[in-house]
Amino acid sequence: MRNRLKVLRAERDWTQAQLAEKLDVSRQTINAIEKGKFDPSLPLAFRAARLFGLTIEDIFQDQDPA
Amino acid sequence: MRDLQSHKQGWQANVRKQTLKLGYWTLAWLLTMALANFGPEFLWQPNELATMAAIGLNLLVGIGMIVSNKDPLRSLDEMQQKIQLEAMGLTLGVGLVSGLAYSNLDVTNIIRSDAEISHVVILMGLTYLGTVAALTGKMR
Repeated sequence: MRNRLKVLRAERDWTQAQLAEKLDVSRQTINAIEKGKFDPSLPLAFRAARLFGLTIEDIFQDQDPA
Repeated sequence: MRDLQSHKQGWQANVRKQTLKLGYWTLAWLLTMALANFGPEFLWQPNELATMAAIGLNLLVGIGMIVSNKDPLRSLDEMQQKIQLEAMGLTLGVGLVSGLAYSNLDVTNIIRSDAEISHVVILMGLTYLGTVAALTGKMR
């Protein structure tokens, strides 16, 4: 799954640690999501969408859309 | 209410608090383990009742430690929980399979010495630590 988390974070000038604090997860988890090594759960994706004021689809995209 | 308070304290502070709590339980369990092991020899000489009481205390504190392990696990985020789940699953499998194989080696007298449970505990500890380290590294 691809995502725009790193871009959205950079636009707001937030560090990984700051984003992690806002989403109640560890910095390592933010790093793993940004690098595509870990796919977040639906509740975490919703939290991220709420935080950025976007829809989940605006942030996360299927890697291989059929 | 408890969740709200936990959230106010901050996620990381809550993880630290829960981990510290588990640390205290683990320390208490280790101390009661030492008491049950060394007490009969150094503290009360052979006294079956005192030994049984020490083993019972060790068991009770051990149960407390197991129950208190639930909160630190719940306080972790979803990726950390996934890592813990995989590490604990692998540790259980390694412990079960190698422990029983080790026991068979002893029962069939292929190894000369007695199979020691501490060897299995060490193997399980190393498996758990190694798996957590490997999975954490993989996520970087």
